Amino acid sequence: MSSLEIRDLVVALTATPDKPIVKGLNLTIKTGEVHAIMGPNGTGKSTLSKAIAGHPDYQIISGDVILDGKSILEMEPDERARAGLFLAFQYPSEIPGVSIANFLRAAVQARMAEGEELDATGYYKKLYGKMDMLKIDRKFTSRSVNEGFSGGEKKRCEILQMAMLEPSFSLMDETDSGLDIDALKIVAEGVNAMRGDKLGVLLITHYQRLLDYIVPDFVHVMYDGRIVKSGDKSLALELEAKGYDWVKTELAAV
Amino acid sequence: MSDTTTLPPTDETTDVNPVGGIDQAVGDFQYKVDYEFDAGTGLSEETVRYISSVKKEAPWILEFRLKALKTFLDKPMPTHWATTDLNNIDFSKIRYYLSQGQKPKRTWDEVPDDIKKTFERLGIPEQERKFLAGVEAQFDSEAAYSNIKDIVSKQGVIFCNSTEALREHPEIFKKFFGKVIPTGDNKFSALNSAVFSGGSFIYVPPGVKVAQPLQAYFRINAENFGQFERTLIIADEGSEVVYMEGCTAPKFSTSTLHSAVVELVALKGAKIQYITVQNWANNVFNLVTKRGVAHEDAEIKWIDCNIGSRLTMKYPGVVLKGKRARGEVISIALANDGQHQDTGAKMIHAADDTTSVIVAKSISVGQGRSTYRGQVHIPKHLKGCKNNTECDALLINSNSRTDTYPAITVRGDTHSVQHEASVSKVNEEQIFYMQQRGLTEAQAMSLAVNGFVNDLVRQFPMEYSVELKRLIDLEMEGSVG
Ligand SMILES: Nc1ncnc2c1ncn2[C@@H]1O[C@H](COP(=O)(O)OP(=O)(O)OP(=O)(O)O)[C@@H](O)[C@H]1O
Ligand SMILES: [Mg+2]
Repeated sequence: MSSLEIRDLVVALTATPDKPIVKGLNLTIKTGEVHAIMGPNGTGKSTLSKAIAGHPDYQIISGDVILDGKSILEMEPDERARAGLFLAFQYPSEIPGVSIANFLRAAVQARMAEGEELDATGYYKKLYGKMDMLKIDRKFTSRSVNEGFSGGEKKRCEILQMAMLEPSFSLMDETDSGLDIDALKIVAEGVNAMRGDKLGVLLITHYQRLLDYIVPDFVHVMYDGRIVKSGDKSLALELEAKGYDWVKTELAAV
Repeated sequence: MSDTTTLPPTDETTDVNPVGGIDQAVGDFQYKVDYEFDAGTGLSEETVRYISSVKKEAPWILEFRLKALKTFLDKPMPTHWATTDLNNIDFSKIRYYLSQGQKPKRTWDEVPDDIKKTFERLGIPEQERKFLAGVEAQFDSEAAYSNIKDIVSKQGVIFCNSTEALREHPEIFKKFFGKVIPTGDNKFSALNSAVFSGGSFIYVPPGVKVAQPLQAYFRINAENFGQFERTLIIADEGSEVVYMEGCTAPKFSTSTLHSAVVELVALKGAKIQYITVQNWANNVFNLVTKRGVAHEDAEIKWIDCNIGSRLTMKYPGVVLKGKRARGEVISIALANDGQHQDTGAKMIHAADDTTSVIVAKSISVGQGRSTYRGQVHIPKHLKGCKNNTECDALLINSNSRTDTYPAITVRGDTHSVQHEASVSKVNEEQIFYMQQRGLTEAQAMSLAVNGFVNDLVRQFPMEYSVELKRLIDLEMEGSVG
C-alpha cells in the first residue's frame, strides 16, 4: 500500500507569495481509496492539484507533500510523475504536431530503465485496448495531442493517458466537466476499472452526479483554501441539496 | 548508410581527411592538429596557385580561380543587409587547403568523453566514430563508394568528386560549372570559386532514373570534409536523381569557415532532389550558396536542415527557366544559444506556368536567433506563375529572436501568390503538461520541436528523419541547465 500525504500545505502564486490560495490543507490518500473534493469556484482546488504536481506558477510556502514517507517537494514535475503521480488537467494543453501515439510512447519510455527497449507491438496492443475501453476511435492515435479536440474528447484523452501510465495516485481535476452523459458513464467505467489497491484517486468535481458513477470513499468540502468538512458519500448529496451557503453558515456558527 | 557498419577498417591511408579532423555538434571541442603539408594560413594569389598546382589542374581552372580571388577581394562584406558578425571572420587566419597524406596523431583515449557520448547517442557506427574523431586517418568508404559508383555507372551515370571530374570529364564540367552561380554572385561564392576543393560531381544521362539516392558514402569521404566544397549536379533530359548531403555526423572541425557552392542543372523534364542535414560546431561560419536551374517541365527540390553553427547564411534557390518548371525549398533551421540561422529561399520565375513552393520552419531556443529571407520574383511579361510561401517560427523561451524578410515581387495579373507566416511559442503550460507525463524538460522541448517540424520531416528519407530527431534531442538536452 502507498500513501500520499498532504500536510498543512500552504500554496501561493510564485509571483505573490504573501497571498496564499491554499491555506493549510491536510489530507491523506491511500491506494485503494477514492477521495472527492468539492468546493466553490476559485477556492483553490486546481491550485492544490497543480502545486502537488509541481507546477512552476505555484510556490509551496509551508507544509509538505509526502509520497510513501518521502517529501516530493524537491522533485521536478517529471520526477514526481515517474514516481507515480498523475494529474488529469482541468484544462489540458495542446501539443501541435505530436501524435497521441508518439506522446504516450515517449511517456511510457520515460518510465523504462536505461537500455530497456519498448516493445512496440505490446505497446500498441495495450493502447488500442485502453482506447476501446474508453470508446475512443483508433484514428485518434495519429491526431496531435488535444489539438482541435472537443472539451469532452480532451477529458477522455486524459483518462486514456492515465490508463496507459498506471499511476499510483491520480489527481483528477474536473474530469467530468464537458462530458456528455454517455461519455461520463464511459469515463467512470474506465476509472472504476482502474480502481483497486494499486490506485488512489483525488477526484475534484462540482457535480454529485459523477459520484453516482464513481462512488467515493470520502467526500471533502474545500472552502477558502482549506478542507472544512469531511464525510462519506452522503455529504455530497447534502451539499447538492443545500448548496455552499450551508457550509458557510455552519462555518460562521463555529 | 547502414551498409557502412559492415565495412572493414583499414590501416592503409590512401586518401586522408584533409580538414584534419574532426568536429562536433555540442560544445566547442577543438584539437590541435599539425599539418605538415598545407597551404598555410591566409589567402593570396600564392595560396590559390598552390592549391591549383597540388591538384594538377588545367590552366583554365587556375585562371578561373585567380579571377575569383580578385572578385572576392573586391567585393565588400554584405553587411548592409546581413549581420555584422561577418566582420569577425579573420580571413588571414584560415587554412584554405590542407594537403592529403598525413596521419592524424591522436588516439581514441584522447577523444573527449562528450564527443564519444555524442557519437554514441547519434548511433554512429564504431569505425566511423574513429574516423570522425580523427583517430583513424581514413574510413574505408572506397569499397562501398566504388560499389555504388559501379552500379550507377552501368546506367552511364558519372559520380565522382569534383577534382576527379575536372580531370576526367572536363567537357561536361566546363559547360555547366559556374553557370548557375557565377563567381561574382556574392562574396562567398567568389571565395569558394578561388579555393574550392572537394564536393561531388554528378551527371545523369537522358532518361536515366537513379534508383538509390546518391550520398551515403560521401558522408565519410575525406574530401567532402573540405571547407570549400564545390558540387555540380547535372540531370540530363527526363532523368531523375536524389542526392543526400550527409553532414549529420557531428563535425569536429578545426576550421571555422565553411563556404560551399552547389549548382544543380535539371534539363528538360528532369528531376533533382537535394537533401542536406547539417550540424555544425558553435564556432563555425557556414556561408553557402546553393542554386539550381530548372528547364522546361523540370523539377528541383531542396530539403535543407541547419542545426548548429555560429552563423549560417543559406538561401537555396531555383531559377525556373523553362515552361512549367517547378521549384521547391523545404527548410528547417534550429538556432540555439549563441547561434544565428539566417536562412530562406529564392525563387526566380523566368518562364510561363512555373510553380514554386517554399516552406520554411525555424526554431529559436534561448538566445538563438532565426532569420528568414525569402525572395520570390515573377516578372511582368510572364503568365500563369504560382508561388506558395509558408514560413513558421517557433520560439522556445522569451529571449529568442526571429525576423522575417519576405521579398515577393510579382508583376502581372495572371499569377497566383500565397504567403503565410506564423510565430508560435512553446509555453510553460505545454512543457509542464509534458513533464507531468514523465518527460524531462529537455525531452518535452524536443518533442515540441519535433512536433513543429513533423510535417516536413515526413518527407525525408527514413534514416535522415531519425538522425534529425536525434540531433534535435541533443540540442534540447544541451539547452536546459
Ligand atoms: N496562475 C494563476 N494566476 C493568477 N491567479 C491564479 C492562478 N492560479 C490560481 N489563481 C487564483 O487562485 C484562486 C484559486 O484558483 P483555482 O483555479 O485553484 O480554483 P478552483 O477551486 O480550481 O476553481 P474552479 O472550481 O473554478 O476550477 C482563484 O482566485 C484564481 O483566480
Ligand atoms: Mg479548478
